[in-house]
Amino acid sequence: MSEALCDLPARELVRLLKAGQVSAVEVLESTLQRIEAVEGRAPSSAPYRQEPADLEKIHAYITLTRDRARAQAEAVDRALAAGEDPGPLAGVPLAVKDIFCVQGTPSTAGSRILENFIAPYTATPVERLEAAGAIVVGKVNLDEFTFGSSNESSAFLPPPGNPWDPRRVPGGSSGGSAAAVAAGEATLSLGTDTAGSIRQPAAFCGVVGLKPTYGRVSRYGLIAFASSLDCPGPIARDVEDAALMLQVVAGSDARDATAARVPVPDYLAALEKGVKGLRIGLSPDYFHLKYPDPESGELREQPINPEVEAAVRRAADLLADAGAEIVDDVPMPNTRYGIPVYFVISRVEAASNLHRYDGVKYGYRFDGPVQDLRDLYRKTRGRGFGLQPKLRILMGMYVSAEQYEKGYYERALRVRTLIRHDFERAFDRAGPYRLDCLLTATTPDTAFEIGAVYGDSVLMQYADLLTVPADHAGVPGLSIPAGLDSNGLPIGIQLLGPDFSEATLLRVGRAFERATEGEAWRQAKPKVLQGI
Amino acid sequence: MSEAITSHIFNHLVELASLELSEEEAEYLRRELNGQMKAIRELEAIQIADDVPITSHGVTYTPEISAPLREDRSEPWPGADDILAGAPQVEGRYVVVPDIPHEDLS
Repeated sequence: MSEALCDLPARELVRLLKAGQVSAVEVLESTLQRIEAVEGRAPSSAPYRQEPADLEKIHAYITLTRDRARAQAEAVDRALAAGEDPGPLAGVPLAVKDIFCVQGTPSTAGSRILENFIAPYTATPVERLEAAGAIVVGKVNLDEFTFGSSNESSAFLPPPGNPWDPRRVPGGSSGGSAAAVAAGEATLSLGTDTAGSIRQPAAFCGVVGLKPTYGRVSRYGLIAFASSLDCPGPIARDVEDAALMLQVVAGSDARDATAARVPVPDYLAALEKGVKGLRIGLSPDYFHLKYPDPESGELREQPINPEVEAAVRRAADLLADAGAEIVDDVPMPNTRYGIPVYFVISRVEAASNLHRYDGVKYGYRFDGPVQDLRDLYRKTRGRGFGLQPKLRILMGMYVSAEQYEKGYYERALRVRTLIRHDFERAFDRAGPYRLDCLLTATTPDTAFEIGAVYGDSVLMQYADLLTVPADHAGVPGLSIPAGLDSNGLPIGIQLLGPDFSEATLLRVGRAFERATEGEAWRQAKPKVLQGI
Repeated sequence: MSEAITSHIFNHLVELASLELSEEEAEYLRRELNGQMKAIRELEAIQIADDVPITSHGVTYTPEISAPLREDRSEPWPGADDILAGAPQVEGRYVVVPDIPHEDLS
């Protein structure tokens, strides 16, 4: 297979563009051709019946913004011709998770209730990416309102397939993002992570996903799920492209009070510095923990998939060879409570955030007869929301209602403090471990088959078991590909660091890439690209 | 273990949430809620010292890194027509809703 423009890294596209060797329009056309080749039938909200061909294609895009993209690409080419600097991401094709508002585009959140919503403004991170010259190719699929770990809960079906095996899920909720990037349907994607929604799909699809520190990237224009947890961040094919993208989106924003006023470092400057002298921890609490048995669904103590564990331990060995100091047996005892805490906190916040969808101001409205306004709310929300939003709203109501809650919400917020303390102790410069980062698996297992878990909301939630603690703690997490399992499916490993330590995580990730660049799995291509 | 969320409680939650559900949906949702409660109940067993505060965001927002409060003044939005165009039912520049439930006090 010869490498098409759509398969090149963002930085290489920018270099070729600035050297006048390719045009932004050519890069866009290459991407649109790839979309044509691998995408299959477009997801829609019509009643869905799976067809065999659906399990061979990607179905990542809910909306393709071809005209808008062409106009942007032409503007980049004009700027180049006029000798102007078109920006650090000039001409780079970008897929935006359809949870971000982009002015003039349908912004659906994967839900019928927003199916006809045209955003009147653009989210800050998208605005910054466009200002840097990136070309928005379209809006990609996700779990409805980001509620899920497989992308199957979207109102727009077929669900995205995993490019490595389209009968399997790409993960979620940023499933369309990770699948599109892995299949060359976009060079970069902007995702969001609330419990692992950037890192888990990145791991399943063999790409790089970075959940920045909470507050590192503005949430303005992000359709809210759990406001104390939601983090926008990059999905890319390698660490350097993720660094390049974070550089553009990071930083404070007058329109988001939680976007922290912390200077943005040069993420590329330290990338090649290696890991000599860095302390990298391994924790038994990320290798062996309580989660549902895939057969019975019962919660029990069990180890993660041995192939995934082996990939983590091998990465530790390679990083040690590269000069890092590996610290074993770092206790993270509250990791196992991440999901129960999440079941409470995220539901309370989701129920609150989803009250705004009422059929009055925007979005779907039930158009049959209604008795009064309250009846309109019930009928609109009953038909507009899918099962997963309903489940989250009802749980949020239950655990926050004074007569039922038995202190669950406050208790969850206090256990969240204990989870945060685990990280603070591990990273404390004066403490016993003094870690620069923790190395773990991203997911307990590799990608599962479409339909294998969906419907069991407890088992599905536990797909985020190893990612959700970082969301509770607010700390950054980077998932990078670390090999393929015996079924040829990508394995992801995760680096977790102190607040605002993205530069260090990227540096360690890059060191791992260098240590493994000659390995055979790095040459392997996703199944959907074979024969193209 | 008895069900945390009985039909009675479930119906109350559905009313609070303003959701009209089919029987099939209600059955699925109540079963899943009770399944999730089994996981949530793990939290009851955790020993938490009395001095452990709540965490509302993972990251600690010190004054140095927090955004300053904006001046409290209105700013006209340039795209009001676009916003109105998104409303399901309008008359002129008003958003239309059905009757609002009320009681006559006369």
